[in-house]
Amino acid sequence: MAQHPLRPGPAAFDGKTFAVKDWIVLGLMAVVILAAPLWLMADKGNSVAFIAFLASLLCVYRLRVPAWLRLLLAVVDLAVVMPLVGASSGTFAHVATVICMYGVLALGLNIVVGFTGLLNLGYAAFYAVGAYTYAIFASTQARNFMPFGVYPLSGNWFWLFLLLAMLVSGFVGFLLGLPVLRLKGDYLAVVTLGFAEIIRLLFNNLSKPVNITNGPMGITPIQPPMIFSLRLDKPVHYYVIVLALLLLTFVVVRNLQNSRIGRAWVAIREDELVARTMGVPVVRMKLLAFSIAAGLAGMMGVVFAAMQSYVDPTSFTFMESIVILCMVILGGTGSMTGVIIGALAVIVLQLQILKDASSYLTSLTTAGILNLPSWLNPAKYERLIFGLILVLMCIFRPNGLIPEKRVLQIKEKLGLKPKADAGGNAASKEG
Amino acid sequence: MALLEVKGLTKTFGGLTAINSVDFSMEEHQIVSVIGPNGAGKTTFFNMISGYYPVDSGTITFDGHSLTKLTPEKVAAYRIARTFQNIRLFQNMLVAENILVGFYMNLKAGIGDIILRLPRMRAEERAAYDKVMELLSYVGLAGKEGELAKNLSYGQQRRLEIARALAIAPKLLMLDEPAAGLNPRETEEMKQFILRLRDDMNTTILLIEHDMKLVMGLSDRITVLNYGEKIAEGTPEEIRGNEQVVRAYLGVEEADDEEDGGDAAAGEVLA
Repeated sequence: MAQHPLRPGPAAFDGKTFAVKDWIVLGLMAVVILAAPLWLMADKGNSVAFIAFLASLLCVYRLRVPAWLRLLLAVVDLAVVMPLVGASSGTFAHVATVICMYGVLALGLNIVVGFTGLLNLGYAAFYAVGAYTYAIFASTQARNFMPFGVYPLSGNWFWLFLLLAMLVSGFVGFLLGLPVLRLKGDYLAVVTLGFAEIIRLLFNNLSKPVNITNGPMGITPIQPPMIFSLRLDKPVHYYVIVLALLLLTFVVVRNLQNSRIGRAWVAIREDELVARTMGVPVVRMKLLAFSIAAGLAGMMGVVFAAMQSYVDPTSFTFMESIVILCMVILGGTGSMTGVIIGALAVIVLQLQILKDASSYLTSLTTAGILNLPSWLNPAKYERLIFGLILVLMCIFRPNGLIPEKRVLQIKEKLGLKPKADAGGNAASKEG
Repeated sequence: MALLEVKGLTKTFGGLTAINSVDFSMEEHQIVSVIGPNGAGKTTFFNMISGYYPVDSGTITFDGHSLTKLTPEKVAAYRIARTFQNIRLFQNMLVAENILVGFYMNLKAGIGDIILRLPRMRAEERAAYDKVMELLSYVGLAGKEGELAKNLSYGQQRRLEIARALAIAPKLLMLDEPAAGLNPRETEEMKQFILRLRDDMNTTILLIEHDMKLVMGLSDRITVLNYGEKIAEGTPEEIRGNEQVVRAYLGVEEADDEEDGGDAAAGEVLA
């Protein structure tokens, strides 16, 4: 049976479809899946074990066993192993948190770029709007212009602000969309890029006449989230919050995808004129895609502001939008699990592999074993390596690591094998 | 009252007059063909009814409503569906999804229902899938629902395009060269299929076609366009005997040179 190299096989544990080779693969994967978490648990500070652990999550996604078993494994890894490890190693919890955050951002951008086929080069602007929405009110900043209320607001407001920032960002996305969505292709891309720069410059300069954003100095300190009087300011707390948000986002976006709205989006991507002729209100659907994506970015902005306890305009540059776009393209435009894995790959490379390699080489240099000039430091070649990866992807896997695959929802009715959908469930836990 | 009524419709592209003051009308439940040589403005005519181009002058009225200034999605809301000369499917969507897009207007689930996937939304989706299956077996594509549209054969793609158009329960179905690229046997099948379609779906059909056998055997009335102008209109018999039509098809000079032979040749062309 021809299998896509990165696609999960039939979920049914059916010996007949298994060749000897498949059994070997299954065995190796099972070893990784069991051994990596145990290794990480035993040695909670080991970077190699952490990367092996992340790899084991990919193995869970690909494993050819029933969906419930994969789900169970994913839950154990993400909800038990990772928090335990994160509680003792803040670095790993932070990396996992950032992966989940970008997972949400990538899922959001994927609605616009992947489903609806609109190139948006200014996605970080909405992220910034969310971050500032929380930062201003959860710091002393709001005292400068708010006539009433006591600032900073307590961390208990964090939860409300997740929703509030989503609405504010969504509305900004809507406002931007109104004039801009008449444009197509490259023109749209350039306008969104320009818009993102406007937003960033606005935040950079909105310290006069009334000091709203504190300009380039940024806003700090920002209240961490709280539940009553419990401060959730440890990396592992953020991990749990963001994992929950990622799962929620995944379910919501998947529900949208499998509805008349999601189909309308893809129809617009495939052939806008025909979609209109089928009665799809194209402008409304594009605005909806834009707003939902913006809202998701806004929600993540709140988490970002709280986690860093500091925001300034430099966090939301054009490069930030490009990194998120890279995750979408690398993972597979239009593929939900794909873009999450894209986020994982980019963040692990950025925050873990390159950093580890750099510090390892630096330690060798200080020990006098190796004389590595500082310009050869791997962390400095991050963009080069990204570029290379993207070029290679374009050549060898133009549709991304996990290409979009369309699956009928009501399968039993259509006499199709109940497969592939389970992959979505398991992979929603990827992080 | 006529179902579709077009008066003085004109469209120019730069210096080219694609459609010049065309009057046209058709009754409910008819099958009407628009024929004419290449570049006669047939597809432009279709595109204007569909709302793709702004109308330069003239009016389009459908079922008592003016379509003159409407966008394609508003035109679709009046239950006017169409297919395309060069098949335009949603290539990277599944066969079933192509048809489901056509159900967009019929599905009522709001965004809240969708995000929470409430039971009524699921029930609606299931009902829609049932209709998809019905439509697919009606056009002979049963069992293909899980395939990508681009993986279907040419003939299957044509049928899928018609099924997708049927999804919006059209009062008027516009077919742009449904028999293009089909062999004689398939063309005959298509003819039977279109006749069945009108009765089964209780619709009205407007088609553009080059295949004279199909047009003559199918149409209640025929309209002939040439260089953007309507040169003839009538029953298939009337069109067959119309000298102007013959000239349009054979070229003016040729017809002038051999008046006698012209008719014979025309008989062949329009047979």
